[in-house]
Amino acid sequence: MQRRGPGAIASLMNIALIVLLPFIGAILPPLMIRAGRAICTTVTACTTLVSLALLLVQAPAVFRGEVPAVRWEWLPQLGLDASFRIDGLAFLFAFLILFIGLLIILYARHYLSREDPVGRFFAFLLLFQGAMLGIVLSGNLLLLLVFWELTTLSSFLLIGYWRHLPEGRQGARMALAVTGLGGLALIGGVLLLGQIAGSFDLETVLAQGEAIKASPLYLPALILVLLGAFTKSAQFPFHFWLPHAMAAPTPVSAYLHSATMVKAGIFLLARLWPAMAGTDAWFLAVSLTGLLTMGIAAWIALFKDDLKALLAFSTVSHLGLVTMLLGMGTKLAAMAGIFHIINHASFKAGLFMSAGIVDHETGTRDIRRLGGLAHVMPITATLAILATLSMAGIPPFNGFISKEMMLEEAAHTVYAGNDWLFPVLATLAALFSVAYSARFLFHGFLGETRGPLPRKPHDPPAGMWLPVAVLVALVVAIGLFPEQVAGGLVDVATAAVTGAPAPAYELALWHGITPSLLMSGVAVAGGLVLLALYKPVNNLREATPRPEAKRLFDGLIRICVAAAAQVSDRLQNGSLQRYLAIMLVAAIAVGAVAFAGGTHLPGDRPIQPVTSTAVVLWVLLAGASLGALLLHRNRLMTLILTSLVGLVVSLAFLGLSAPDLALTQISVEVVTTILMLLALNLLPKETPRESRAGQRTRDLGIAVLAGAGVAAAAFAVMTRGFETISDFHLAQAKPGGGGTNVVNVILVDFRGYDTFGEIIVLGIAALAIFALLDRNLRGAAARRIATIGRVTESMDAHPLILVVATRVLLPLMLMVAAFIFLRGHNQPGGGFIAGLVAAIAFILQYVASGFAWARDRAHYDHHSMIGVGVLVAGLTGVAAWIFGRPFLTSAFTHVHLPLIGDVEIASAMAFDLGVFATVLGVVVLALANLSRIQSLAQPEPVPAGPMDIVLEPQAGGATVETSAAAITATGGRP
Amino acid sequence: MELLVASAIGILTATGVYLLLRGRTFPVVVGLSFLTYGVNVFLFAMGRLTLDAPPIIDEAAASYTDPLPQALVLTAIVISFGMTALLVVLALRGYLERGSDRVELGAAEEGAET
Repeated sequence: MQRRGPGAIASLMNIALIVLLPFIGAILPPLMIRAGRAICTTVTACTTLVSLALLLVQAPAVFRGEVPAVRWEWLPQLGLDASFRIDGLAFLFAFLILFIGLLIILYARHYLSREDPVGRFFAFLLLFQGAMLGIVLSGNLLLLLVFWELTTLSSFLLIGYWRHLPEGRQGARMALAVTGLGGLALIGGVLLLGQIAGSFDLETVLAQGEAIKASPLYLPALILVLLGAFTKSAQFPFHFWLPHAMAAPTPVSAYLHSATMVKAGIFLLARLWPAMAGTDAWFLAVSLTGLLTMGIAAWIALFKDDLKALLAFSTVSHLGLVTMLLGMGTKLAAMAGIFHIINHASFKAGLFMSAGIVDHETGTRDIRRLGGLAHVMPITATLAILATLSMAGIPPFNGFISKEMMLEEAAHTVYAGNDWLFPVLATLAALFSVAYSARFLFHGFLGETRGPLPRKPHDPPAGMWLPVAVLVALVVAIGLFPEQVAGGLVDVATAAVTGAPAPAYELALWHGITPSLLMSGVAVAGGLVLLALYKPVNNLREATPRPEAKRLFDGLIRICVAAAAQVSDRLQNGSLQRYLAIMLVAAIAVGAVAFAGGTHLPGDRPIQPVTSTAVVLWVLLAGASLGALLLHRNRLMTLILTSLVGLVVSLAFLGLSAPDLALTQISVEVVTTILMLLALNLLPKETPRESRAGQRTRDLGIAVLAGAGVAAAAFAVMTRGFETISDFHLAQAKPGGGGTNVVNVILVDFRGYDTFGEIIVLGIAALAIFALLDRNLRGAAARRIATIGRVTESMDAHPLILVVATRVLLPLMLMVAAFIFLRGHNQPGGGFIAGLVAAIAFILQYVASGFAWARDRAHYDHHSMIGVGVLVAGLTGVAAWIFGRPFLTSAFTHVHLPLIGDVEIASAMAFDLGVFATVLGVVVLALANLSRIQSLAQPEPVPAGPMDIVLEPQAGGATVETSAAAITATGGRP
Repeated sequence: MELLVASAIGILTATGVYLLLRGRTFPVVVGLSFLTYGVNVFLFAMGRLTLDAPPIIDEAAASYTDPLPQALVLTAIVISFGMTALLVVLALRGYLERGSDRVELGAAEEGAET
């Protein structure tokens, strides 16, 4: 690769920017909508304009035949590069997307009504624009797939933009289902292509056309790719989704369904032309599909009464025309196809916008109610008439030239030994398109006005007809001077499609008396005759049965849904017990298979001596567990036994050289028990005996197997030696992390990122709890909670001794928490444990003095506590960036504090402070909300004072003189 | 000692699994707590058992136990508190909404007024 100067590199960066700008710009319209629709439109248009300018900067190079490209490795293991390149074909499409996009944006500003959320519309439009540009500029097939799916998704949003309309939602869903299905097929096809070519890089793949066509995988790859292309470009038999997608606002129809998205399929055919075209399979499949689509859709279009539906089927027909040309496999046909893409985009986008204007100004799009619009809206009518003539293929407009080229190609095409099929059918399709164009013209714009319209029509503001005028000017200019206006573009694009210089063919209106001119003449005359006979033909058509695509599609979807429902109903019957049993049995089965394949002797690691304490603890644990098994219907008893087990576990940790774990376990045990008690207060106190003996035996069997398996596995591991990575942590804790408590250093330093994630998870859990215990319980839950009164309540809800003791304990416990926190880096302790201890101190106040009392004295919000904690931890990590170090790099220094002694101030301590705050916030938030629910359950108000028995009237509030109250005051907060 | 710890893990797991398979929310939550104890001790045991050698750097200490499983289990204990709390509250809300604390969907809404 040659070295380029910085300027050249910047200019290459700009290629990627062409694609990325619309994505970035998509954020702007929703933000700018507050500044008004005009500003919002301007911002959107500017984004598009900058992209367009960046594209045009590349134009000279592209026209010289160069291919400006830029590439970054993204996921080289998958063959996915972020690679963008502009050749002739890409340039043509990118230009259409941006240029027509610009006109559509201007048009949409006037088209959308005041009630429509314009910001959202423009955001979707820009997303779509970016995705579309991504498809055409991608230099990597996998990247192309990503953008392909993005167009499917963003077009879904655009089609369903008017979400209050059922047709809009249904049309959007249908488009998503059909094009999404095609997208899946395309993924398969592209993966096969990459498999054959050994790379997903576009140029590599295109250069290997011979190898690809010779491969045994060629046919499956071709079928899959064609499925993708045909669904996207609405080719027969997938043509049905496009007319339903017309429920979208007209700017969307004009943009997606005439100029851009539906051409993505055609683009794909053109893009892969060097790699896949030219075989018999390609010719037979693609050209015939195109021909059939062109004929059938043109026939249907003739009978559509809705202007937009007529145009939709006409679009399908024209897409078929291009598909057919690309399918023929000759260079001249490809050239004609490219030329028609330009022409169709110009006249069809203009026509859609005209239809939108008619709808906007008259209030209807029904061709039977319209007529004579030329009198009332002369500008619109003139523009529409010119564009329609081009659509019909009447000289001297651009549609005529490319249609002549198409007919010329069709006249020479021999399909499977048959030399009349293509010429005849192509002429017939041209005849139908003359007929529907004439109907659009004569029934819509010319003749006399037919009856009153919902609104009194007149020409729209210039913002609406100007975009149409620009397009119609192009239609006329290309028609009159085809070689001068479009010749260069068609040549470079054709060269890019065929991978060879474009054929020396002059685009011109007049080529002499050729077969195609005669076919055109037949088509025009026949089309006019057909329109003259419209009524009888339509009656005849009405009388004959024909398949209704939407009904077939809906039926198919219903069958799929029913089948899926049946499968999931069988697998998911709503029984948690069954799911868990299946999962556990599966896990046991996996374990059993592994067990059968290994050795079964214990390892040779020296066994640790058994202490008498350990035996006592083991007996306690086994007894408590057995008790929980037998007595689990008595819930309170179960809870007591559970906390006993927790206590034993924490003592076991202590004995097995894990003081930090012991401290954590015991403090968690306390909060868990309080939490469960609070919940149990509202839940039933007994579990009824429901399961049959058979089920209990089965469950016991599963439990014993699981327990035995886990025990055996644990024993097998513990008796074997191992290599640990902890030597690093032990060696580096002091010099690298600045602390002697290795567990804490690992938590806040070596594995700080894990801890950061964990406190976020904790915070989310607490917020979920808060949401579940919403302040405003409604409906059944609210009624139920009102009926759960006090079942058995102590006469003394807030015992004096408890109240006094907890208040005295509060500052002491907070001091202990501070102590544990400060020493945590060097001795057992740290943010987790300190947070738990502090939380217990506060929770005790709730327990002893009631929710209302504690809440009134809490001067901070637990939500913010969690947020602050996570923020502090995160900012500590970010602070390392300032010093040019990676996230969460720690630093430390020693400080000598009076009384406390030598304290190490590590940045990790700030991180630990974040952990502390989060844990404290989470625990108190969870428990306080649970106790708030209790207070809802109690019909009588909770006593606001510290005690139920008021010792004396509280004169003057703070000045209390009784000795008991004095003790209270020292413990409580002012 | 290894045998004691291993069998304790087994007992905790078995109790947890049995309670997990019950048809009401409260035993399921308790069962999950038991399972959590078992899993935490199991994880801890992956660092092998060591007596009197806490991972606190000290010049007098001859050896240390493996600190890494301890750090993992420490956060696991705290996270399991978060999980238990969420489950309990979920069970409570479910009970308040449906009037029944069965774990099955579509179970009869009996006992609404208990």
